[in-house]
Amino acid sequence: MSGVARSARQWRAASAGNGVLFLLIALLIALTLGMAQLEPLFRALFPDLGNPLYARDSFLNLMLAHIGLVLVSSLISVTIGIAAGLFVTRPVGREFEPMVSSLAAIGQTFPPAAVLAIAVPLAGFGFAPTIIALSLYGLLPVIQNTIAGLGTVPQTTLEAARGNGMSRWQILRRVELPLAMRVIIAGIRVSVIINIGTATIGSTVGAKSLGTPLIAGLVGNNLAYVIQGALLVGLLAIVTDLLFERLERRYSFGGQA
Amino acid sequence: MALPERRRWFGNRVLATLLIAAVASAVLLPFASLSPNRLVSGQPVMLWQALAGWQLATFALIGLLLLIAALAGPLPRRLALWLSLGATLPLLALDFQALGAYAHGALANASPAARVSQGATFWILLFVSALIAIDALQRLRLGPAGRALYGVAALAVIGVCFSGELLSPVSIMREFANQRDNFIDQLVRHLLLVGGALLPALLVGLPLGLLANRRARLRNGLFSVLNVFQTLPSIAVFGLLIAPLSALGRAVPWLGELGVSGIGVAPAIIALVLYSLLPIVRNTYAGLAGVSTGALEAARGMGMTTRQILWRVEIPLALPVILSGLRIVTVQAIGLVVVAALIGAGGFGAFIFQGLGQYAIDLVLLGAIPTIVLAVIADFALQILVSLSRPSGTR
Repeated sequence: MSGVARSARQWRAASAGNGVLFLLIALLIALTLGMAQLEPLFRALFPDLGNPLYARDSFLNLMLAHIGLVLVSSLISVTIGIAAGLFVTRPVGREFEPMVSSLAAIGQTFPPAAVLAIAVPLAGFGFAPTIIALSLYGLLPVIQNTIAGLGTVPQTTLEAARGNGMSRWQILRRVELPLAMRVIIAGIRVSVIINIGTATIGSTVGAKSLGTPLIAGLVGNNLAYVIQGALLVGLLAIVTDLLFERLERRYSFGGQA
Repeated sequence: MALPERRRWFGNRVLATLLIAAVASAVLLPFASLSPNRLVSGQPVMLWQALAGWQLATFALIGLLLLIAALAGPLPRRLALWLSLGATLPLLALDFQALGAYAHGALANASPAARVSQGATFWILLFVSALIAIDALQRLRLGPAGRALYGVAALAVIGVCFSGELLSPVSIMREFANQRDNFIDQLVRHLLLVGGALLPALLVGLPLGLLANRRARLRNGLFSVLNVFQTLPSIAVFGLLIAPLSALGRAVPWLGELGVSGIGVAPAIIALVLYSLLPIVRNTYAGLAGVSTGALEAARGMGMTTRQILWRVEIPLALPVILSGLRIVTVQAIGLVVVAALIGAGGFGAFIFQGLGQYAIDLVLLGAIPTIVLAVIADFALQILVSLSRPSGTR
């Protein structure tokens, strides 16, 4: 009886969550496409400003540039991160596991903004240092969670799979990765959310992103620009986080969510 | 199924890999760069061009010792590990010494505007020594005391390198000399901002964590609200706080006189507190939830009151987890203060963004490197605090 009650409650909570997510996505799209329509509002809020609407670039372009930065760097981090995590959990690379784990842990204490700044002498200004900094930084949570996720697979499960005559490759694909997937996705989620934030600061090293109007507003003392950039990037982060939460839940097994 | 027995050349393949990386970088990448002034990028200088004979010989000797330590045959395992751990200290010292000595030599007959900067190989050698040390410390299974001792020794070596005139001609150190007073100011400001945010965050977060532990119904809502702040990009939160705070500062004059305004310290501290709450609340909750019912029942059986149980049983047992939360938050705050420089709060971020604006790379590094060092030291110190707070017997 309690099972039925709980599943009904969960279903209600999930559908309420769906509503919120849908609303936020709609708001994100509407603001990205229709920020210009809000010009009278910003004019009323900031009567002292000559240009209360950022117009050097369209918000759609900035949004796409921002998503592009995060997408490219996240693809790099996920590919390398999962490969590295797999390497150090196989017999060939097990010796490297403690080193890679502590590297991932220590690297995450580095402030993302400082990593971005250090990429500049290596790669100059613009798109390249931002991609380098985002990919390197995003790598760490992915590696960490890949190792942790594969570590949670019980030894008995692996033995059962071996006993069934599965090859190593089959065990990895059909047993280990599916069981570890939720933790790996949690790592990707952390990595993507940090990268959305760091890409915003990327505009200080010359990469176009939603940070461009934000920083331009801070430098030029134009609060309207700041709010326009901050609203969009904040919404983008929240929507992305909620989407990942959904994805994580899909990979939870045994009702433990 | 038995794997075919293969002869292993290397007893420590991690060390071998690090050695190969170091040698490859020394051959392929510049050790330093020489430029006519601080804003132009310089000519690359390779390791063998920069070094005197005895320095190269010492590098080769350290490399040879490390190679012997990595090989499977010659040395007993623990001796090899102690050797590689010990070799990192002279490697570190030589890396700094070589850069300083090269800078002294190269700038002796150059124009006063000329600059020597560290190159990729310098950084990689530094990085490789750190990784060799980490690997050796892990394999030797040294406890917190041994690790702390090594950390102090490494810091002492670095301190000696920086104490004299050795590194003063290197470009970033000249930038430091120009900014010395300002540097100390920004360091103090950085630390004050971190401290000023952590104190209120702890004062609010610890009771909230207790509340989350006692009232299950509040928990989910509280965690999801706090999670939203962790999700938002820091610069967006700083930016969104400007308008309401400047309005508040104008509307309530005594607040304005206290320094509450749209830019500067007030929005920085508020944003940092909001970011810090989730880890503190979550870890306080998790720490308290992890206290075993056995311990609680024993305490109740001894006739302790609820208050006594909280202070004498629950909090001491939860302390390691709570302090881990403090560790996360401290490191995070040190990084976020960098971004707060964009809203005029100061700190090391001021150097970074000023340097980026002027394309003065050394100024950027003068902000970025101390921030990283600060974060790593804070992390290391709090890690030791966490392990000391564990009840004895479970360390």
